[in-house]
Amino acid sequence: MYVYNLVDQSLVNQRVQQFRDQVRRRLSGELNEEEFKPLRLMNGLYLQLHAYMLRVAIPYGTLSSKQMRALAHIAVRYDKGYGHFTTRQNLQFNWPKLKETPDILADLADVQMHAFQTSGNCIRNVTADQYAGVAVEEIADPRITAEVVRQWSTLHPEFSFLPRKFKIAVTGSKRDRAAVRVHDIGLIIKINEAGEMGYEVIVGGGLGRTPIVGVTIREFLPQQCLLSYLESILRIYNQIGRRDNIYKARIKIVIHELGAKEFTRRVEKEWKTIRDTAIDLPVGEYERIRAFFAPLPYQSLPKNDAGFSHLKFENQDFSHWVRGNTLPHRQSGYSIANISLKPIGGIPGDASAKQMEVVADLAEKFSFGEIRVAHEQNLVLPHVKQTDLYSIWNTLKEHNLATPNLGLISDIIACPGMDYCSLATARSIPLAQDISNRFSNLRRQNDIGELSVNISGCINACGHHHVGHIGLLGVDRKGEEYYQVTIGGSADENASIGEIIGPAIPYDEVVDAIERVVETYVDLRAKNESFIDAYRRVGKQPFKENLYVTN
Amino acid sequence: METKVISANRLEDGIVVYITKDNNWSECISDAEVFNDEAACDEALSKAYTAEEACIVVGSYLVEIEQKGVYYNPTKYREFIRVIGPTVRPDLARQARS
Amino acid sequence: MSLIKNNIIIRDSWNHLDDDTPLSAEGKVIVSLKRWQSERKLLMERQEPLGIRLKSAEGAEMISDDLAHFDLIALEFPIFKDGRSYSTARMLRERYHYKGELRAVGEVLRDQLQFMLRCGFDAFEYAGKTIPEEAISAFVEMDKFYQTVGDWGRT
Repeated sequence: MYVYNLVDQSLVNQRVQQFRDQVRRRLSGELNEEEFKPLRLMNGLYLQLHAYMLRVAIPYGTLSSKQMRALAHIAVRYDKGYGHFTTRQNLQFNWPKLKETPDILADLADVQMHAFQTSGNCIRNVTADQYAGVAVEEIADPRITAEVVRQWSTLHPEFSFLPRKFKIAVTGSKRDRAAVRVHDIGLIIKINEAGEMGYEVIVGGGLGRTPIVGVTIREFLPQQCLLSYLESILRIYNQIGRRDNIYKARIKIVIHELGAKEFTRRVEKEWKTIRDTAIDLPVGEYERIRAFFAPLPYQSLPKNDAGFSHLKFENQDFSHWVRGNTLPHRQSGYSIANISLKPIGGIPGDASAKQMEVVADLAEKFSFGEIRVAHEQNLVLPHVKQTDLYSIWNTLKEHNLATPNLGLISDIIACPGMDYCSLATARSIPLAQDISNRFSNLRRQNDIGELSVNISGCINACGHHHVGHIGLLGVDRKGEEYYQVTIGGSADENASIGEIIGPAIPYDEVVDAIERVVETYVDLRAKNESFIDAYRRVGKQPFKENLYVTN
Repeated sequence: METKVISANRLEDGIVVYITKDNNWSECISDAEVFNDEAACDEALSKAYTAEEACIVVGSYLVEIEQKGVYYNPTKYREFIRVIGPTVRPDLARQARS
Repeated sequence: MSLIKNNIIIRDSWNHLDDDTPLSAEGKVIVSLKRWQSERKLLMERQEPLGIRLKSAEGAEMISDDLAHFDLIALEFPIFKDGRSYSTARMLRERYHYKGELRAVGEVLRDQLQFMLRCGFDAFEYAGKTIPEEAISAFVEMDKFYQTVGDWGRT
């Protein structure tokens, strides 16, 4: 993992002091709310329905045991004993007091964490593949790039007052787990014929009111040119992005209005003038950062351990969990263990302080002290010996963290919705809970197979409903909660935006409707055909016909 | 006009509060002053803005309510959730009607 | 209006000239881009220092060939959230190597001062409510940054 040097640490410390003074000025009345709001947002502090909400950055979803324990400590000391992992790999505290937020940030700084740019019209916390450095099919580790982007974007003086928020995601795999095609900028690491590393640069993807898959504006950008190229894109956007209409202010609208070709031409032209200036990383800096992500001191282990196979044979529940929630690791004899934060009927992404501590302990004991946060709102122990999986599973089970539902219908992505969020028009969480309860039978879930249900409580789409195989968008119809259903969305390397299949339906009818959609799929699927593949084969019509049938 | 109360969030901790008859702020909607006429409403709202300037609360606005038995409840579900707390965490429910 | 320059409050010797105010022979004036374009000859004939003021939508390239005529360039922040002038400032300093006074005007508030300074501004028409002496402390709140920006030969 990246470890702060003196510059990193004093930057974070100074920022805490700066924010402490801003809070002081707000509480004393020197700043009014209008003036303070953009300042607090730049430090991830919102005012929600019931209280303030602090969004803590977990850059590219990587956490140490020590950091996770600090989050647990903050949850207990300053909040109500829990936190919420988000679709941007961050953590939200729902009940911090304004006057205590500087202390929270100071506690975070002590473990090399912060809340920089988790909100506001700036470059947001960068996200990446949660299996970075351990995925079998990975081409190159995206964390090094993500850390470079984190540093470059932190308190960038030119790009802190953009027309709108700006999100960057990085993947180093063919399998896209970072949803790079639905970000303002998505970077896919590639190796060219000469063996050099670079990036495919995708721009203008996004969800929200105008969901759209991004376009590739450069097939191969040499690695050392990354920052000058990013600056070129951001500069063009900062200058011509619309500031007259909040709904048309994202970069995707610039590309739509200008055309991808003209946008690319302008970026390339700008880049030619700045590419050989001091903007790009000094020689050696990439290597300095890379050293932090060097392979860990793994043991040499056989591919399959007899004792492990025996335990799976003996214990069916364990075997289900291994099959459902663990994945092969690059290193022989090791696994990637996913920790589901989606217990049946639970709140997607929520973790109690106790659960955070349990995960921190497990990571320390079994995973080189390292934890990842997935944008699907689950956690990951990225480097676990096969032979340790059984005791990990036992501990997880004790704390309701071992539901073997990764990628299944109950592994639901949901934003906080109207239970917490002041922007929401409907609730998300209770609907996720109802769907999870309806499909609680794990045998049934496994029979249905890979199926993502994503729920957003408003058009801002924090629950990524557009890219769920089944998406639900909560809307307000004369004071009643209704949900618009989309089908066929996908956030992976074959990204697609789900299609709306008809009028919104009331809360009480949603779970039945989802069940009918699922049964439609089960009836029409070919052998081993997943929901999304079946949808792509047959189109929306059969689903539409059954969605609105009521008995 | 519809029956209304005035709500805001307290500046220092963000907690939901309602303006009371004695020009204070209470966490309980049952303590809230209930308005039935425009003039009184406007007057109270200007007091709320004064409280914003005095750094007591933030974001004051009118909330429409209706009488349900002996209680007043907000007509909008969003406001109802502000009264009771997150519906998915009954353990954290506010003593809304105390 | 207080003018902050080189970390001190100074008296402003410049005048912002409206487009319809007649040009006098004396005094240091700051004119709009529009006026510069329409009265260019007249303005060049004056023997007094000249400043130009760009709206946030008016980019550096609009005046990049004329920089030698200006002792001062004022860039507008019509509202502090409009960040276009940060880009303009960097381009003037870094691309076009403008060395004269670069002044932030409009909604110039305390908590944006450091971002402005780092982009190459060196004078600030401070519009905050507090005393400008207090605002100056914003320049020294932080001294560690990741970006190499605004590198235009300051020492």
